[in-house]
Amino acid sequence: MDIHEYQAKKILSNFGVTIPRGGIVYSPENAENKAREIGGSKWVVKAQIHSGARGKAGGIILCNSPLEVAQATDKLLGKKLVTNQTGPLGKIVNKIYIEEATDIERELYLGLVFDRSSESIMVVASTEGGMSVEEISKEKPETIIRSKIEVAVGMQNFQARELAFGLGIEPDLIRRASDTIIGCYKAFSELDATMVEVNPLVISKQKQILALDCKMSFDNNAMFRRSQVSELRDKTQEDPKEIYASDRGLNYVSLDGNIGNIINGAGLAMASMDMIKLAGGSPANFLDVGGGATPEKIVKAFKLITMDEKVKVILVNIFAGINRCDWVAEGIVQALQKIEIKVPLVIRLAGTNVEKGNKILKESKLKYIEANTLEDAANKAVKALKN
Amino acid sequence: MAVLINQNSKIIIQGFTGKMGTFHAEEMIKYGSNVVGGVTPGKGGQKHLDRPVFNTVKDAVMDTGANASVLFVPPAFAADSAMEAADAGIKTCVAIVDGIPSHDMIRIKRYMRRYTKTDKMTLVGPNCAGIISPGKSMLGIMPGHIYKEGRVGIISRSGTLGYEAAQQLKNLNIGVSTSVGIGGDPINGSSFRDVIEKFETDDETDGILMIGEIGGPQEVAAGEFAKENMKKPVIAYIAGLTAPKGRVMGHAGAIVSAYGESAIEKVEILKECGISISKNPSVMGETVKTVLEKIK
Repeated sequence: MDIHEYQAKKILSNFGVTIPRGGIVYSPENAENKAREIGGSKWVVKAQIHSGARGKAGGIILCNSPLEVAQATDKLLGKKLVTNQTGPLGKIVNKIYIEEATDIERELYLGLVFDRSSESIMVVASTEGGMSVEEISKEKPETIIRSKIEVAVGMQNFQARELAFGLGIEPDLIRRASDTIIGCYKAFSELDATMVEVNPLVISKQKQILALDCKMSFDNNAMFRRSQVSELRDKTQEDPKEIYASDRGLNYVSLDGNIGNIINGAGLAMASMDMIKLAGGSPANFLDVGGGATPEKIVKAFKLITMDEKVKVILVNIFAGINRCDWVAEGIVQALQKIEIKVPLVIRLAGTNVEKGNKILKESKLKYIEANTLEDAANKAVKALKN
Repeated sequence: MAVLINQNSKIIIQGFTGKMGTFHAEEMIKYGSNVVGGVTPGKGGQKHLDRPVFNTVKDAVMDTGANASVLFVPPAFAADSAMEAADAGIKTCVAIVDGIPSHDMIRIKRYMRRYTKTDKMTLVGPNCAGIISPGKSMLGIMPGHIYKEGRVGIISRSGTLGYEAAQQLKNLNIGVSTSVGIGGDPINGSSFRDVIEKFETDDETDGILMIGEIGGPQEVAAGEFAKENMKKPVIAYIAGLTAPKGRVMGHAGAIVSAYGESAIEKVEILKECGISISKNPSVMGETVKTVLEKIK
């Protein structure tokens, strides 16, 4: 789960990280007042969307008066911002964060992630803040320093100090820098985060160490014990079809193609998408109804797929194990009595009682194309598209 | 021999009396697995499915001599149950459950470092289908009848894609020595490398089919291990050619976040390690057949 910049800043400040003064606003009047309340002579107006690279997309505006702050807010509120991370539809700006501008001396990078090789938490830092971590690793890999943290004992002061010295931070500020790094580590480990990124972490001309922009993501599997974090979810930043799916226990990812598919199991779903591509087609989605493929889930899956106007063919591929094919076939027949399908439908069943399952489908008067193998199913789906 | 489990495995079910535990325990018993009892704290002393229920894993091990367990406990309690099994002397533990927090998995793995190599439990999963040695024993939730007895080892992150492979092999009259579902989570108990190493020394396995997917370093680590250390042929299929970068594809671990984690990159690296690639998921069985015929 992702959260907004302002939410991540609030969390990190509770862990001892210094952030510039700022506040969230919902209207231009609100923004003008907030700017006066913050004080100073320069402000930054920041669109709150779940994406990086907002600056390049025009989502971050530097202002010189409270009036300009109001105008910038007016311009951004309600707008859809398209960045290189949002996809072509962009994400809607419903909240604006107003922040005092910072006199920047140096921009650094600080990130914390799970390292799947060492199964520990990895802290990554670089002197080249402001660039994305991908850009840094491509263009200035020599500036990257890493520290692997043993989770059982947590991050030690010396590890934070080593990173701070490694970033060339002056001796007077080392203590503050280590506290900042350890604060980020604590937020990561105490809140079941999967990513904390402060980019840039800046040293101001006034010798403060500030988190100027930050991002946090959390482990969905841990939300049962992080109710305060789960409340930060902003559904306006998610694809409506994906929300519909996740609310109904389906794993769904919306894609650009036109062959909708309903599959049980994540691996088999990815494999079926690959077969569609190899057959010359393009999948409209990833959809895993779960290994069990219960009739209820299949009904929900058909409802979801028929919501997508891009879909011109539907491919169903179920490998039935303990849930037998005859049971799955009955589920499909029931689903299609409730939902009208206007596009060609290809069904491939495999596994336990496959003959019985196919017989039930055939006798149901359902209009569909039967397929035997994964390859056959993909080929027939692509062919149906062309006809 | 087969790897991890065989006909002599004495199995207990953790979360025995729950709905999931009951259903799958029955399926395992029907298959012929030697289920000797189960654990549900607070229900010790009762009987369930004609087998004894214990309060703790230690009690179950003392009384029945169990050496394998399968977890059907909710995600919030799974880490605790896995550590309890490790401490009680269980040798192979399968965690079926989907939804264990990654921080908990790191904690389990760290906890297990206290045991010496010979005392250490092998944890398989979480978020997996389990282990089956066809004709001998099943420690999981797979449909046992799709697996034919034979000499190919299967390791798969995905459950249903592993079934698909077993079925394709069966249709070609090829059997399986053991199939191990290592699960779809970012941090798991056993990696591809851990399991192929076991297959390499198993005298009942001739070749290994590895079914991977996008995300994480484990397929590549197994490839590099195979290149240096293995004599038996390894065949691989990697799912997720069409998966977009940065999105989680159903499995919590199926996300491309670094170089070498996409399907195309993994296939290239595995080829360089001398591994035969099944070019699509429909020909996993045929690819295994071709490779095995060559070594005969």
